[in-house]
Amino acid sequence: MMREVRFLAVVCMMLAVVVHADDKRTITIGSKSFTESVILGDMASQLVVETGIDAEHRREIGGTRILWQALLAGQLDIYPEYTGTLIQEIFADQDIPDDAALRRELDNVDIDMIGPLGFNNTYALGMQPRVADERGITSISNLRDHPDLTFGFSNEFMDRGDGWPSLSARYNLKPQSVRGLHHDLAYRSIADGTLDVIDLYTTDAEIQKYGLRMLIDDLNHFPRYDAVLLVRHDAPESVRNVLSRLAGRISQDQMIAMNARVKLDGQPESIVAASFLADTLNIDTSPNVDGFWKRLGQTTVDHLILVAVSLGAAVFVAVPLGVLAGMRPTSGQAIIGACGIVQTIPSLALLVILMKPVRWLGAEGFAAPAVVALFLYSLLPIVRNTATGIINVPLSLQESATALGLRPWARLRLVSLPLASPTILAGIKTSAVINVGFATLGALIGAGGYGQPIMTGIRLDDYRLILEGAVPAALLALVVQGLFELAERRLVPRGLRLKRHH
Amino acid sequence: MPSEEAVFSVDGISRSYGTHVALSDVTLTIHRGETVVLIGPSGCGKSTLLRTLNGLITPDTGSVRFDGELVTPDASVEMRRRLGYVIQDGGLFPHLTAYENVTLMARHLGRNGADTSARVTELAELTQFPTAALDRYPIEMSGGQRQRVSLMRALMLDPDVLLLDEPLGALDPLIRADLQADLKRIFETLGKTLVLVTHDMAEAVFFADRIALMREGRVVQIDIPEHLLRSPAEPFVTQFIRAQQKSVEAMRRLDA
Repeated sequence: MMREVRFLAVVCMMLAVVVHADDKRTITIGSKSFTESVILGDMASQLVVETGIDAEHRREIGGTRILWQALLAGQLDIYPEYTGTLIQEIFADQDIPDDAALRRELDNVDIDMIGPLGFNNTYALGMQPRVADERGITSISNLRDHPDLTFGFSNEFMDRGDGWPSLSARYNLKPQSVRGLHHDLAYRSIADGTLDVIDLYTTDAEIQKYGLRMLIDDLNHFPRYDAVLLVRHDAPESVRNVLSRLAGRISQDQMIAMNARVKLDGQPESIVAASFLADTLNIDTSPNVDGFWKRLGQTTVDHLILVAVSLGAAVFVAVPLGVLAGMRPTSGQAIIGACGIVQTIPSLALLVILMKPVRWLGAEGFAAPAVVALFLYSLLPIVRNTATGIINVPLSLQESATALGLRPWARLRLVSLPLASPTILAGIKTSAVINVGFATLGALIGAGGYGQPIMTGIRLDDYRLILEGAVPAALLALVVQGLFELAERRLVPRGLRLKRHH
Repeated sequence: MPSEEAVFSVDGISRSYGTHVALSDVTLTIHRGETVVLIGPSGCGKSTLLRTLNGLITPDTGSVRFDGELVTPDASVEMRRRLGYVIQDGGLFPHLTAYENVTLMARHLGRNGADTSARVTELAELTQFPTAALDRYPIEMSGGQRQRVSLMRALMLDPDVLLLDEPLGALDPLIRADLQADLKRIFETLGKTLVLVTHDMAEAVFFADRIALMREGRVVQIDIPEHLLRSPAEPFVTQFIRAQQKSVEAMRRLDA
C-alpha cells in the first residue's frame, strides 16, 4: 500500500514537472469568452506567427479581470480589449478623459495599446420589436415606466463599473426582475420570450439574426468601446510592428460580418480571421484548423493533468490527515469539519477566490487555481474514508498488534493501513470520479480540459461541440471508476478480498 | 515443577471504567513455570487482569511487575516481545497469510529468513498445523486452525510467558476437546509460565496448577484445584463450582 502511494506521488510530481517544462519563449495571446475576442485573438496570433515567432492562442480564458491580471503577470503577452472597458472598468478609479491619457496610463504599467482597430463595440440594450412597440419603448429612458419587464444581463455586465449598476443609477431604472446569465444564452431567452430586455454588444451577429431593436442611449451613458490590442512592452518589436498593421483596418460592418460567419454559419474563428487578413492586409496565413482528434487529444491531456495533479496532491495530504483524524477523534472532528466547509463553497466562487492567492504564491499557468480548487474538493471523501477505515480496525486486532510488541508507527503501517485500505481506496475513487466532472469547470478560468468545448459549444450554440466535451468527460469518469476497481485488486490485500467459503 | 521465583507480582491494582469497577485491589503472584487459570462469571475482571499483565491496560492504582520490571504502556514494548498473547478467535490479521501472521514480528525485527522459516516448521510440528496450509489466509482456515496459528505467532519469538484469553472460547465442542488435549501436551512440552482465562471450570481444572476465582473485580480465592473444591473460601466459590460440577466430574473421569 505505502509503496503504491509513493509511486502515485512520484507520477504526479513528474506530471507537474512536464507541465512546467513547457514554457520556452512563445508569444501567448489571450481572448475573452466571446466570439469577437476569439477572432481578434486568432488574427493576432496568425500575424505573430508571420514574423517567425511561435504563438499560442489561449482561447476563451474568461472575463476582463482575468485577462488583465494575466497580462500584468506576464502569463499573456497580448489580448484584445476595448477602450471603454479600460477607462470604465480597469482604471475606474482614475479620471481618464481620452485615448491619449489612456495610452499614458497603460504605458505606466508597461503595456502598449495598438489601435484603435476601427470598430466600436459598445453596449446597448435590446428588445424584441414586438414587445417594444406594444409599450412604445424606443429609448432606455422609456424603460423607467415599465418595471414589470424581465431584464437579463450577461454576468460581466451585471457588476462592471460601466454596466448595470451605473446604468440603472443614471437612468433611475428599478425593474422588478433582473437576472444574470451567460451572454449567449440571453439571445435564446429573449427569442423565446423568457426575457424582455438584454444587454447587447453592438457588433453581435445575433442582433440581425433575431431582429432585435437597440434602444437609444438618450442620456449617453455608454462610452465608446473602440477595439484595441494590448501588448506587453517586453514583447519583441517585430510583434508590435506586425500587429500595428491592423490599426484602423476593421470596420463595424466587417466585424459584424465576421461574427456572423462564426456564430451563424459555423465557420472556425481561425478561418474567418485568416480570410480577413488575406483580403484586407494581403497576408496569407493559411492557419491549420485542428481536427476533431487533435482537439480531443489536447482537451484530454489538459483534463488528465488537472485531475492527476489535484487528485495526487489530495491523496498525499488527505490520507495522513485521515489517519490523524482516525487516531485522535477530537482533532478528527475539526479536520473533517474544515474539509466539509470547503465542500460547501460554490465551485465557481472558489475558483475565482483562489486566483489571487494562488498567483501570489507564485504558481503560474491558468490551470493552477483550478488544480488548487479540485485539490480542496477532493480532500473530504478521502479524509473521511481514511478516518473511518482506521477507526473501524477491530479493537482485538489493534490489541493483538500491540501485544506482539509493535510500536505505534509499525502498527499503523503493518496492520491499520492495510486493513483500512479498501475503505481508503473507495474514498479516493469517489474523489477521482467527482474530480473528473468538476474539472470541466476549470475552463471557466482558462484551465482548458473537457470544459473548453462545452463552453465554446454554449457560445456558438453548437450541441456537437458541447457533446465533444460532455461525452468524453462522462466516459473518463467511467474509465477512472474502472481503473480504480482494477487497482483494488492489486492494492487491497488478497486476504481481505476473499469470501468465506465454508 | 513451579519454582518460588515470581514472574508477575501484582500489587493492589484497581481499574474502573466510569462507574463500573473492573478490578478492585487485586494482589497476586505468579511463579515461574506454573499455570494459573483466571476464572469467574462474565464481567468479573478476569480479561482485564490478564491484559494488565502485558500492559494493554494500565491500572488506575497499584502496580504490576514482570521479572521485577514495572509494566507500563511505554516501557512494555520490549517486554511484550517476551510475553506471548493469544485471544479468543485468534486475533489473526486478515490481510496476512498464516505464515505472514506468525512471522510478522520476526520480519519486522529483521530476523534471519532461514532461521525464521526453520522456527515456523518447528512450531507447525509442535502445534500440528499442516505446513501446506501456511499460505492460507485466516478466512480460509477453520476456527481450530486459526487458534493453532495464533499460538504459533505467540510462540514465534520464544517468549518466557504465554497469556491466553479464552483461547478455546469460540470453538465448537468437538474441536474444542481436541484442541484442549493438544494444548495441554504443548504446554507440558514447553514448560513455560502460563496465564489462561476461561469461564469453564472443567477447562480450568484441566490446565491449572492454581486457579484464581474472581468476582466483581476481586480475586475471591487463589489455590490449587483440590483446595478450591474441598475448602472454598466463601459461599460464592461453592456456588460457582456447583454450577459447573457436572462438567468438572466429566472432565475428571476423562482425565483418569
